[in-house]
Amino acid sequence: MSNVLKKIYIILIFIFLYAPMAVLIVLSFNASKSRSKWGGFTFKWYAKLLSDSSIMEALITTLMLALLSSIIATFIGTIAAIAITGLKKSTRTLMMGITNIPMLNAEIVTGISLMLLFIFFKIKFGFTTILLAHITFNIPYVILSVLPRIKQLNPSAYEAAMDLGASPFKAFFKVVFPDILPGVFSGMLMAFTMSIDDFIITHFTKGAGVDTLSTKIYSQVRKGIDPKMYALSSVIFITVLILLILVNLLPNAGKKAKIKK
Amino acid sequence: MRERKQKLKNSFFKAFALLRQAPFKFIWVIKIFLDIRNFYDILDFDVFSSKSIFNSGGKEKELKKMFLFGLLATLLGLPLLGCGNAYENGEVYVYNWGEYIDPDTIEMFEKDCKIKVIYDEFETNEMMYPKVEAGAVNYDVVCPSDYMIKKMIDNDMLAEINWENIPNSKNIGAQYYETSKEFDPENKYSVPYCWGTVGILYNKTMVDEPITKWAQLWDPKYKNQILMQNSVRDAFMVALKLNGFSMNTTNIDELQIAKQSLLEQKPLVQAYVVDQVRDKMIGNEAAIGVIYSGEAIYTQRENENLEYVIPEEGTNVWIDSWVILKNAKNKENAEKFIDYMCKPEIALMNFDFITYSTPNDAARELIEDEDIRNSEIAFPDLSEYDNLETFKYLGEDGDELYNSLWKEVKSE
Repeated sequence: MSNVLKKIYIILIFIFLYAPMAVLIVLSFNASKSRSKWGGFTFKWYAKLLSDSSIMEALITTLMLALLSSIIATFIGTIAAIAITGLKKSTRTLMMGITNIPMLNAEIVTGISLMLLFIFFKIKFGFTTILLAHITFNIPYVILSVLPRIKQLNPSAYEAAMDLGASPFKAFFKVVFPDILPGVFSGMLMAFTMSIDDFIITHFTKGAGVDTLSTKIYSQVRKGIDPKMYALSSVIFITVLILLILVNLLPNAGKKAKIKK
Repeated sequence: MRERKQKLKNSFFKAFALLRQAPFKFIWVIKIFLDIRNFYDILDFDVFSSKSIFNSGGKEKELKKMFLFGLLATLLGLPLLGCGNAYENGEVYVYNWGEYIDPDTIEMFEKDCKIKVIYDEFETNEMMYPKVEAGAVNYDVVCPSDYMIKKMIDNDMLAEINWENIPNSKNIGAQYYETSKEFDPENKYSVPYCWGTVGILYNKTMVDEPITKWAQLWDPKYKNQILMQNSVRDAFMVALKLNGFSMNTTNIDELQIAKQSLLEQKPLVQAYVVDQVRDKMIGNEAAIGVIYSGEAIYTQRENENLEYVIPEEGTNVWIDSWVILKNAKNKENAEKFIDYMCKPEIALMNFDFITYSTPNDAARELIEDEDIRNSEIAFPDLSEYDNLETFKYLGEDGDELYNSLWKEVKSE
């Protein structure tokens, strides 16, 4: 009995999580533009999607932004995290507070203040300003995911490397960096998703003619969302799904092959 | 152990110090970047659109800015090298509603006038205003709605249009300039682009008799069949018109009566929605909905049982118009752009794309489908009605009054 209940419970959870995606994917094959009328099965939105230059541009901008901002933020954030570990306790608490504030701060406040800052410095709004803004709000996430890894480090390993004649620089890259790499990587992934997700900050810091997917979709609110967006979202969802399956299956497959040998 | 920790700390510091020096190596990269820039400057290429950054401020400030932007511009700016001089007449910054223009018309304009269009979209008047006001981007042409134009005129943000540069403005029907006078009293600032009414969309199979007036939205037999607009001004417009008041009133007594009406109606309303009216009506989920006329043609195409009507008590006529901003850098190009949009064939393309009524009479003549050309929905004869109004900007106090009354309606 309780087993059945458990199963029902987990099925319910999955329904809540994935029903919206299912609806979206079904609608992307709907020939009618309206969500409440089934106009027949079609691939036309997918075909149109590929030929719509404004959406493809927005997609490229979004991915470029996410990639660049996450890499740069990871670079800055990791260095900052290392430096923060080296601080005195009181200064460290202060630094952590300062880095946490932008994360807890309402997005609209961050967005508007960044916009005012850019205006103040007479920076021309465009891709650069969005990138700067995204780097800004990504850094705290990187710091937060790298810090715990650094705390878990075994200091002896680093000292051993030094004792064996490695320079601090080399010791860092040979010993410390591989150890914190999972944290750095998860920080980067986090930054990547945050950047893809963001709408409000992007809205206020973007210049004319530069659009990300989120601003593009939002601007369609008045006239109804273009089904091409359903198609694009489905493609993104399926891509992520396949990537996840591959990531989870491949290492296991490798292990199994080794065992067989 | 403690010593070890201290040692580790020190080494971290050393490693950090080394890393910290890394950025200074970028200075070389920047120097190379600046050299490239100067090289192109000599050749008189307009390579870097972010030029203005470099020209302002003292030498020291300039260096600091250069450091920051040189770095990024090296990363991002280089692809710009490819831009040629295909647009000899410069550029124009356009800020319009989302999905509110046929993208082909922009390309045609670029080709015909040799002006590059930098096109940007907004979602609501309220999202547009702060961006334009802050001056983050120097837009030239914007397409706000009536009451927002009034607000922008009041705040001295718009430039007077030189009508001689827009000969095609004669294609716009005289009645629309007349209506525009409600927010632009001397027709100095705005060229109508799209317009429409707010009315009732009803499903012929789900009502007993034709709907003709707002009062029928208060009929108890349509309980849970009614969709109202979930926005302050639109909802109050219905209630104010029902009671025969102006929809721009700030008279507290009139507003209290309207609020009472909305409260009476509330149990009958299925939902307060915005753009879901469209889909719900198509899906036969409700019998009666308050909707913008531009959506009516589209919904009828999807569900032939739907009928749109302008209520007897009068309603809201809205106009979205092109305006030129006072701080526009490309005023002439902006006028060329507006003029191009007023060409009959271009306006027709946009009408086909947007399906919102065009004020362009010459374009209307070109519509091939007779049903649409003579459609009462798309092109009602405004002179037949004497109780149509456009929204006016009520000032901050007025907005606050409406908002607080609306909150009372929604929360009770």
